[in-house]
Amino acid sequence: MKRKGLLLAVFSAFLVLLTGCNNLAVLNPKGPVAKTQSNVIIFSILVMALVLLVVYILYVYMLTKYRASKAAPDYEPPHMEGNKWLEITWITIPVIIVTILSVVTIRSTAAVEKVPEGYEDQKPLVIYAASSNWKWHFSYPEEGIETVNYVNFPTNRPVEFRLYAYGPISSFWIPQLGGQKYAMSDMVNKLNLVAEHAGSYMGKNSNFSGEGFAHMEFEALAMTSKDYEEWLDEVKTTAPKLTEQEFDSLLKESHVGRKSYSSTHLEFRPAPEGENAGHNHGGSEEMDMNSESGEMDHSEMDHSEMDHSEMNMDSTGTDDAGAADHSSHGN
Amino acid sequence: MKWDEFFVTGEPMIYGAMVSIVVASLAILIGLTYFKKWGYLWREWLTTVDHKRIGIMYIISALLMLFRGGVDALLMRAQLAMPENGLLDGQHYNEIFTTHGVIMILFMAMPFIIGLMNVVVPLQIGARDVAFPRLNAVSFWLFFAGAMLFNISFVIGGSPDAGWTAYFPLASLEFSPTVGNNYYSIAIQIAGIGTLMTGVNFIATILKMRAKGMTLMKMPMFTWSVLITCVIILFAFPVLTVALALMMFDRLFGSQFFTMANGGMDMLWANLFWVWGHPEVYIVILPAFGIYSEIISTFSRKNLYGYKSMVWSMVVISLLSFLVWAHHFYTMGHGVMVNGVFSVTTMAIAIPTGVKIFNWLFTMQKGRIEFTTPMLYSLAFIPIFTIGGVTGVMLAMASADYQYHNTMFLVAHFHYVLIPGTVFAVIAGFYYWFPKLFGFRLDERQGKRAFWWIIISFNVTFFPLFFLGLKGMTRRMYTYSESTGFGPLNLLASIGSVGLAIGFILLVYNIYWSFRYAPRDTTGDPWNARTLEWSTHSPVPEYNFAIEPTVKGLDPFWESKKGGHQLYEGKIEEIHMPNNSGQPFILGIIFFFFGFFMVFSWWVPAIIAGIGVVVMLAVRSFERDHGRHIPVKEILETEARLGGEQA
Repeated sequence: MKRKGLLLAVFSAFLVLLTGCNNLAVLNPKGPVAKTQSNVIIFSILVMALVLLVVYILYVYMLTKYRASKAAPDYEPPHMEGNKWLEITWITIPVIIVTILSVVTIRSTAAVEKVPEGYEDQKPLVIYAASSNWKWHFSYPEEGIETVNYVNFPTNRPVEFRLYAYGPISSFWIPQLGGQKYAMSDMVNKLNLVAEHAGSYMGKNSNFSGEGFAHMEFEALAMTSKDYEEWLDEVKTTAPKLTEQEFDSLLKESHVGRKSYSSTHLEFRPAPEGENAGHNHGGSEEMDMNSESGEMDHSEMDHSEMDHSEMNMDSTGTDDAGAADHSSHGN
Repeated sequence: MKWDEFFVTGEPMIYGAMVSIVVASLAILIGLTYFKKWGYLWREWLTTVDHKRIGIMYIISALLMLFRGGVDALLMRAQLAMPENGLLDGQHYNEIFTTHGVIMILFMAMPFIIGLMNVVVPLQIGARDVAFPRLNAVSFWLFFAGAMLFNISFVIGGSPDAGWTAYFPLASLEFSPTVGNNYYSIAIQIAGIGTLMTGVNFIATILKMRAKGMTLMKMPMFTWSVLITCVIILFAFPVLTVALALMMFDRLFGSQFFTMANGGMDMLWANLFWVWGHPEVYIVILPAFGIYSEIISTFSRKNLYGYKSMVWSMVVISLLSFLVWAHHFYTMGHGVMVNGVFSVTTMAIAIPTGVKIFNWLFTMQKGRIEFTTPMLYSLAFIPIFTIGGVTGVMLAMASADYQYHNTMFLVAHFHYVLIPGTVFAVIAGFYYWFPKLFGFRLDERQGKRAFWWIIISFNVTFFPLFFLGLKGMTRRMYTYSESTGFGPLNLLASIGSVGLAIGFILLVYNIYWSFRYAPRDTTGDPWNARTLEWSTHSPVPEYNFAIEPTVKGLDPFWESKKGGHQLYEGKIEEIHMPNNSGQPFILGIIFFFFGFFMVFSWWVPAIIAGIGVVVMLAVRSFERDHGRHIPVKEILETEARLGGEQA
């Protein structure tokens, strides 16, 4: 029968899924975060396969047993209201399943949000990852270097990616190391990843962000700490400094290929976090500004401070004409 | 705006579309004139307030939009069939998946569902029309104006290109400077007002106009599903209205609600969109559940199993549908607590849905299952939709969703939910209620052939996408390189989409063939069905029931056929019916032009059209129209002509 063949195909497809995980990036994890997620996924597939099985068995049973062509010519189906015990069964069992899955979900979500187990005592490597149309900028504040469209980091050390955007919402994703998180213009998101195996992994923006979106990929290269140190030295000694002018032209350019710099854009264009966050101006800061302007003359204000905060707000806009906007914003 | 930007230029496909639009429009105009059908069109269709005709117009529009959205889908699949394919460029592809999403959800699924609601609900509850027939016509023409406005965007000015979700800041003026997203905010707004009024109208109809004896718990399941759906519409659509208005302000008047600068919040749009968007999914799914309940019960020759729990599960689903929206962006970085809560509420929806699946299965137990075309679609729905459902539970798990989000896995999931859930349902409902409207059944052999093409091709098209997602292929990519390894599965999916197209062509041919050759049905009850709509003639006379029916229990027509009580007691009296009116149609036209001028920021014409809207509303307010009465003699004649067994 055609339908049975179909069901068989579906099931065998599921079996293929469970056995041949190696070319499915998500189920071929190279770090603890992706490993946790892969385990959750496989566990949920197994539970759901069980649910499917129950439904399909009932379904096939009903369709084969009660078809009109099998019934006696005078067979009159009975009137059936429903059955209290059956209904209790198919409410209780799903409640139990959902409860189990909820516990798994909350525990695993808490686990993947934190620094992975076993790595808590290490100081994480902080890398700022900023998206712009249609590139990724990686800044290493501790090392004072910056890369574009590729990111290198040591294996077996927690990496804390701090994500934000100079443009549309993007989503930072390295499937084999862990799930994605949004990079947005007005706040910084943190994503903790660890690579346990050296290797080159595909990284990409997974959230549609316009015309060049399909090509917004980067290489995530996990290296041994020795290789990593060598690479750092090389960049520090050979790469040029990243000037503000250069950075602005990078932002404007759609596709730039790979770049390396021996300074970061964070120095002149801080990330939208802490006092620089896009929505931090709602309450107290606004009042501070008012009281400031009440207390002292505007011209006497510490100019570097003021520039600083204006710059941050400006960094959320893409055009440099934003300065005029911000003067009105402060008032 | 320069004039050379007004029409979209430089794309051979779009030139082709322009030519075909002009040719088709000319053909229609000439045809109408040649066959002297202008008067007929105006009197019988454009000015009608009859719920059945409005329903038919909704369904015809939905089929047209299915064609448009389907062509979009085929173009996407053609582009993705091979790595590095050059059929479409990035911008064109972005416009196509955006319009595919908007059209399929808002201008195909919604009107198809609303069309079936219009056709069936008054008949199922034994009413002669909806509560506000004129408003119903306004709803339709506003929907139609919105749909047409949205559709012309691809030849005039350019289509929206920021996805059907139109996330900011991508959809802001800064990143999407063409008028495309103006079309989005205004066309959907106009259609949405129509939908909101439909919601009000059907709540009033169902609550106030049921036949004598039909208590709420004796309503047919489809009517129940429509009632609950309309309550969801009433709560969800105002959110969309507000969100679209803010979007319009941002794009046309320089406000900064969702922009990147000056304190705009991009994720506010995402929240508002999904506060509407998730309930919207249930707006198109719940009536589908109602349709399946009717069909499975009819063709199992049994009453619906667990009626009460079916009703309560829909009520629970409707409540939960408002508590899950944040699962669309677990990845925006709200903490474990928020993600945990939304995971649990999302998974909880599986419980009432499961109750429904089991009730359908047990409706068939001890039944006499007949495999008619509508039943086949309903039966295909159960196993396929269950795959959509269980993958939904998988997606609901926040930690795992970090890996599924924005991937083809998600695309596969929602097609596995919406196509068996909604598309199969409206096709099943179309086959099922078609004879009620036109007096003959669609040919069964051809119907089944189309069915098998559609079912098998559907799985070939969408099942591979689960694997593509797990391989790391994100949605909305217009191209991919060969080294990704996405090629073979994409090719398979594209082959499946061709099969789907063939299935739909066979379906359309089935309709055409049956119109010409199918034997006419004179009984009014070709399926041996159970509810009131089958107790009147086919095609249904404009007043629906010569005598208003009296109901004692569920499945009243079935009971009366089995020798229960009389449905129609009393004698025929004059029937009070509403008058036709051209105002809703004219209002639709004015709204269309108002929207069009707003899209292009042509303020003076927009203000004039806006005044036109107000004038139309004022005219209606001062109009005295008490309807008309159909005399007994005319009713008797009609009844005699249609078979007359009731009189």
